Amino acid sequence: MRVALFVTCLVDLMRPSVGFATIELLEAAGCTVIVPARQTCCGQPAFNSGERAAAVALAKKTIAEFDHLDDFERFDYVVAPSGSCADQIKNGYLGLFTDDAHWRARAERLAGRVFELTDFLVKVLKLQTVPGEFAGSVTYHDSCTGLRCLGIKEQPRALLGKVTGLSLREMPASEECCGFGGTFSVKHGDISAAIAGKKCVNVQAAGADAVVGGDLGCLINIEGKLRRMGDETTRVLHIAEVLAGKLTETPPKAAG
Amino acid sequence: MRQQSMFFKARVGEKLADVRLQANLKTARNKFVDGRAKAVSDYNETADFEALRDAGEAIRKRVIENLDTWLELFEQNATARGATVLWAKDGKEICDLVVGIARQHGVTKAIKSKSMLSEEADLNAALTAAGIQPVETDLGEYILQIAGDEPPSHIIAPVMHKNVDEVADLFAKVHDKPRKTDIPQLTREAREVLREHFVSAEMGISGGNFLIAESGSVALVTNEGNGRMVTTLPRVHVVITGIEKIVPTLEDFATLMRLLPRSATGQSISNYVSLLTGNKGAADSDGPERMVFILVDNGRVGLLGTPFQDMLCCIRCGACMNHCPVYQTIGGHAYGWVYPGPMGSILTPLFTGLENALDLPHASTLCGQCGVVCPVKIPLPELLRELREQQTEQGLRPHSERFALKLWGWVATRPTLYALATKIAVRYLNWLAGGRNRIEVLGLAPGWTAGRDFPAPQGRTFKELYAKRKHA
Repeated sequence: MRVALFVTCLVDLMRPSVGFATIELLEAAGCTVIVPARQTCCGQPAFNSGERAAAVALAKKTIAEFDHLDDFERFDYVVAPSGSCADQIKNGYLGLFTDDAHWRARAERLAGRVFELTDFLVKVLKLQTVPGEFAGSVTYHDSCTGLRCLGIKEQPRALLGKVTGLSLREMPASEECCGFGGTFSVKHGDISAAIAGKKCVNVQAAGADAVVGGDLGCLINIEGKLRRMGDETTRVLHIAEVLAGKLTETPPKAAG
Repeated sequence: MRQQSMFFKARVGEKLADVRLQANLKTARNKFVDGRAKAVSDYNETADFEALRDAGEAIRKRVIENLDTWLELFEQNATARGATVLWAKDGKEICDLVVGIARQHGVTKAIKSKSMLSEEADLNAALTAAGIQPVETDLGEYILQIAGDEPPSHIIAPVMHKNVDEVADLFAKVHDKPRKTDIPQLTREAREVLREHFVSAEMGISGGNFLIAESGSVALVTNEGNGRMVTTLPRVHVVITGIEKIVPTLEDFATLMRLLPRSATGQSISNYVSLLTGNKGAADSDGPERMVFILVDNGRVGLLGTPFQDMLCCIRCGACMNHCPVYQTIGGHAYGWVYPGPMGSILTPLFTGLENALDLPHASTLCGQCGVVCPVKIPLPELLRELREQQTEQGLRPHSERFALKLWGWVATRPTLYALATKIAVRYLNWLAGGRNRIEVLGLAPGWTAGRDFPAPQGRTFKELYAKRKHA
């Protein structure tokens, strides 16, 4: 099975270890992973900011890279370690081409092959074992777009249940937004940080060693707020890292 | 009500710093969110709440698609029962009509049950100016009125920004009685004050939760019983409601009544549900001699045939604001007009001008929960996004923001340039972190780091590392 990785712009910039963990997981499951070299961003920040022209340009670019008309059979699937980006490609693009039959058709063809990572591992690969080991407890934050637009809820929990040594402790209101919201986090930074504060109180209430999520945007937000609140111990991890057993965390060096 | 949405950002700052408000918001959130969740799960023991939402959506869409037909039918049936149906184009026309009716009937005092249209029109000020005393009888609205005509902060719980202590202080001061903090005692005290108004007012003004086309009735959904007094005791009853509140049949009304209280307060049914039809008949023991409907446009007709038509399906339950992380964090007043939360962030710009509420469509994380809980399945997140696009198309976004997004979009469509830009960005961010795992002040996005840190990136882009790995 040939799988194209959509790295996501945040993983590319902030936390490449998530991309490599994703590759390892897919390869361990027997997939051949291809990383199209010209990919950048799916365009969701433009789409959600009302910049339709930029969103359309990036959608066309992404579709063209992941849906080669001549040799489409090169990949069976496209997988992204983010529910937010996967939903943009899968559902968001369709709405951008309501008046453009050619691009709409290409968007639809691509949409059927796009999956969020945990959804792909559970539904398509039907993964029975994962390489990761984790000595401790984690709590899982449900990212909004993955949860509400793609139905990502049981998939990450089922996978975390297969990690040797890991115990899952649910936090209160795990489905409530962390306050990130893409450009919202900058435009209305004060509201965003206040919502993040509530999420972090819930994270801490779970009393787990780490908070795990499937979207780097939320994780950056939660980590930033936890540290500002003085919580230096709760680890913040992407689920790909936990499942692959590759816990290369953000700190390049120890804090201090 | 004077629209003050342009002060959104400044108001947010005040609301976030208001410790008491934050505590009150938390209490309200727990009550409403947990209440709805329980009501839905109870309902699902014997039926399917999602199927009910589908049915509610279908009823509302059927009405809105042929609004004129249903309104004409309503007018015919209401008139046949002796009621008068009047039409108001905007808030000023509402005020003129109500003052005119009051003068015609020699009214000096009007008692009111909750009406959001009255807020849209600033009716109390108009009545007062005309020498007619308006008395709010919904407990929440009464509290706001004696607090100095404060605006409501929620469409069904108008005074949710205040706690018992604040109300106790207010009652002691205004009623000039010993301070009490027991809620039943406070309610009794308000009731005693209001009773006198109930028996002396010549006119009752109510809103309407639904208008029923087949019977010409108005349906009122309340929890306090004041609505019944307002609509039956005075000689004249004026119903003020938006033209979109119509439903075809009583059967449709019954379906929507399964949705409304569960979505709003988590009740399977509200304490009172009243259906009021026509003037007092010869055989009736009570009721108004004159029943007048004022059916209001105030921007609603303009939504027909636009991408925002679905907003007319709204049944004003408040579930979207109850479940909105932004509303839960700032409360209703920051939004600056009658309707707060997600539905308000859509209606305020549509009713009062896109340019007058620039922040509201952006005051959402687009988490999607409002769309999940909406009883009539209005795609609220999509409509917020649509408004953002319209702002951009009309040149209403700040130049700096548009420039940044366009520049970013331009670079992101050029992979080689993008790779270079991200390489530089990562190094810059790491330099800012100065060897630590976080950035505490980010000059490019001060909004981010004012309230939280920005984690440092790992140090190289994925693309750099992947290329290295491939060539290793």
